[in-house]
Amino acid sequence: MSGKDYDVIIIGAGVTGCAIARELSRYDLKICVLEKDEDVCSGTSKANSAIVHAGFDADRGSLMARFNVEGNQMMEDLSQELDFEFIRNGSMVLCFDEADKEKLQALLKQGEENGVKGLSIIGGDEARRREPNLTDEVVAALDVPSGGIVCPFGLTIALAENACDNGVEFRFLSAVREIRKQENGYEVIAGNSKITASCIVNAAGVYADVIHNMVSEDHFEIIPRKGEYCLLDKEAGNHVSRTIFQLPGKYGKGVLVSPTVHGNLLVGPTAVDIDDKERTATTAQGLAEVMRVASLSVKDLPFRQVITSFCGLRAHQAGHDFILGEARDAEGFFDAAAIESPGLSSAPAIGKYIAGLVADKAGASQKSGWNGTRKGIIRPSALSQEKRAELIRKNPAYGTIICRCEGISEGEIRDAVTRTLGARSLDGIKRRVRQGMGRCQGGFCTPRTMEILAAETGLRMEEICKNIPGSEILRGAEQQEVNSYDRA
Amino acid sequence: MTEHELIIIGGGPAGLAAAISARKAGLEDILILERDNGLGGILNQCIHNGFGLHTFKEELTGPEYASRYIEQVQNLAIPYKCNTMVISISDKKEITFINREDGLCVVRAKAVILAMGCRERPRGALNIPGYRPAGIFSAGTAQRLMNIEGYCVGREVVILGSGDIGLIMARRLTLEGARVKVVAELMPYSGGLKRNIVQCLDDYGIPLKLSHTVVEVHGKERVTGITIAEVDANRQPIPGTEEYYSCDTLLLSVGLLPENELTKTAGAKISRITNGPVVNDMLETSIDGIFACGNVLHVHDLVDYVSEEASLAGKNAAHYVQGGSNKGDGQYVEMEAAGGVRYTVPQSLDIDNMNDQVTVRFRVADVYKDHYISVYYNDTRIAHTKKRILAPGEMEQIVIKKDSLKEYPDLKKIVICTEVD
Repeated sequence: MSGKDYDVIIIGAGVTGCAIARELSRYDLKICVLEKDEDVCSGTSKANSAIVHAGFDADRGSLMARFNVEGNQMMEDLSQELDFEFIRNGSMVLCFDEADKEKLQALLKQGEENGVKGLSIIGGDEARRREPNLTDEVVAALDVPSGGIVCPFGLTIALAENACDNGVEFRFLSAVREIRKQENGYEVIAGNSKITASCIVNAAGVYADVIHNMVSEDHFEIIPRKGEYCLLDKEAGNHVSRTIFQLPGKYGKGVLVSPTVHGNLLVGPTAVDIDDKERTATTAQGLAEVMRVASLSVKDLPFRQVITSFCGLRAHQAGHDFILGEARDAEGFFDAAAIESPGLSSAPAIGKYIAGLVADKAGASQKSGWNGTRKGIIRPSALSQEKRAELIRKNPAYGTIICRCEGISEGEIRDAVTRTLGARSLDGIKRRVRQGMGRCQGGFCTPRTMEILAAETGLRMEEICKNIPGSEILRGAEQQEVNSYDRA
Repeated sequence: MTEHELIIIGGGPAGLAAAISARKAGLEDILILERDNGLGGILNQCIHNGFGLHTFKEELTGPEYASRYIEQVQNLAIPYKCNTMVISISDKKEITFINREDGLCVVRAKAVILAMGCRERPRGALNIPGYRPAGIFSAGTAQRLMNIEGYCVGREVVILGSGDIGLIMARRLTLEGARVKVVAELMPYSGGLKRNIVQCLDDYGIPLKLSHTVVEVHGKERVTGITIAEVDANRQPIPGTEEYYSCDTLLLSVGLLPENELTKTAGAKISRITNGPVVNDMLETSIDGIFACGNVLHVHDLVDYVSEEASLAGKNAAHYVQGGSNKGDGQYVEMEAAGGVRYTVPQSLDIDNMNDQVTVRFRVADVYKDHYISVYYNDTRIAHTKKRILAPGEMEQIVIKKDSLKEYPDLKKIVICTEVD
């Protein structure tokens, strides 16, 4: 290891960083993931469309096309190995104007050239037969059977847990402030510590430009492209069964309407370029725009049943393609940058690709004893009555329901906190078990969940945060000094 | 499968009163299932006084009011299970519940009383723009954290919505040393009781801004401020009227929703207006032998009315178990809410089998001054009562006497409405 702390440092514990970490954990390497927030899946990976795209709308020959199609094909097996929710529900791209049918045809051709299977163009009536809530304005549609939906938290957390179980260390609240080139490697100043490594992987999302530009003269810029969404109650979850897109325009794929793997209905996003990498605030105009544009595709959308709205930032770059590979002027520094849509869909394939490059560079060989499977948190509500009764007999904590709306038990919340890379914040618990994600949005279960988190972690109630330090739920204690913490 | 004569879902004020009344009507085999760790429901966190003026002719705190019923339940030795969550009810009245001791159980009941109460509308339902930081609470959640758990939720507070819990919390926070800067209400009138506006806001100099709403939440980690703006007649913010308040907490008191997930699993018909089940004068839902009372049926303003309604449900459920359903035998007359009346509970009346008199409760849609509440049998006005003020925040009621219906043998509908004269 030539005297370095690690062979590889991965910067960013979003879906891309975690996918790379998990693939790299196959090798005989000492690996550390640095994350600026308190948990994995805290940036763009937590606020997106939760779609596994088929891969028809990326330019042919692009990295996006290649990794999207490959990632889509990997997703089924991966969801089995790592026990996260993925449904191949199919998608449709709607065309509202006879004059635009050529564009639909072009999309079909591009998709086929990208290697997407099963594409076909259907008429408006056929589209409405398959999806009865489509508007009468739909004149044709591209039918995409290979499109899917995924739980983005589930995917990211599963990758991270499996990486950690295979020896990858995670350091949270460890924002990278500086990177210095050294002989045969780098020194990284992150949080309160200095760490060294032979190789660095930059998977820093909207901050990937900042990280890259610390070591390379080939500067690039990531422009946060904001997308706002509304999430509707599960009662609206069957309004459409496929993911409904509109013909792509200049700012992306238009507004989509999609069921989620959990049975809600998701509507969004907008696409607005901004200059603040932290500005995840929704706007009245944005949310109104989402509702207006979505109503072009799907009629009678029950916006009375919105349970929450949110905003995510795409890591957009002018070239509009992924930046993958070793920097020209920084040996051992690998970018996985400009990962915007279809980044979530591509993550498994990007992980495999970057891990291969890094392993080659490090001359690493695959280790024995690697275990690529991971069991998710037991969901009692998905079990048969007999199995559920047996589970409660073995562990009574599964018999106490904390979150009424989603039916989440104390046992699940304890599991979310105590398992590998367990949650340290309310948002972390929410992303693992959906506590507080239902229609009451945590109204009843927040106090009890805080108590469980406090009991399991030894934190005081006043220290319990929604997410990062500064987001304390209660106003009791004076602010404490914040230290980064390590998890392995 | 174990069978009980009556299972009551919920051990708050409605469930307790229903249980006591069912036992007094002669039912032995009653079981109350409560999801929280003790009986009393939301009253346990309502430590302010003002409860029970109608029932006990004195002002009690929430826990005091609850304890009067809990003691009766205990004296009558009515069994109950706490920390017990019902996860479904079938139309055959098979109830699946889980808890630590029994695990997952399915029990059958001859009759069921739904008394699950209501929940608060969350921020998401309002689509308030801005960040999603810590420090945004529904008023009831903050109330629980303060009054049950004993924690401080905020030091400088803006409250959106003037529902009763929000008003009560404005005073509570003030007494605990927090500064409540403003209460903003979207509507041109308050959603709460007049007495609460006087006692909780006016007495503490807390401004109430009607026709105002939150247009932005500031602060990424914890709330740092709130921008409110005036709204026009269509409830849209008026540009240029924005006012910024620095604060660390936003409380929401923007409405209560009856919690009817279980009612839906049983397949009972739900009213789109009350968000509770549709009931007849026996407070029986569209499913034989399943009754409903309290805030799960429609949101009440005073707990006294909850207790009264629940006692009736308990008695009716007991009679149902003892004698079976009368449903279908008699002649049903629909109750129609019209002209400023939003809904009625019950929604129909079995005029052959009804009690000697039936109390019909309802709310109005707007603030009306010097209006009349009128009752029509078919097209004949049979009651016309002047009200100095009618407001959506206060529940109204009229009484229909069985005797009065005798003269209307071809009665098709009973209409309740407001009239100017």
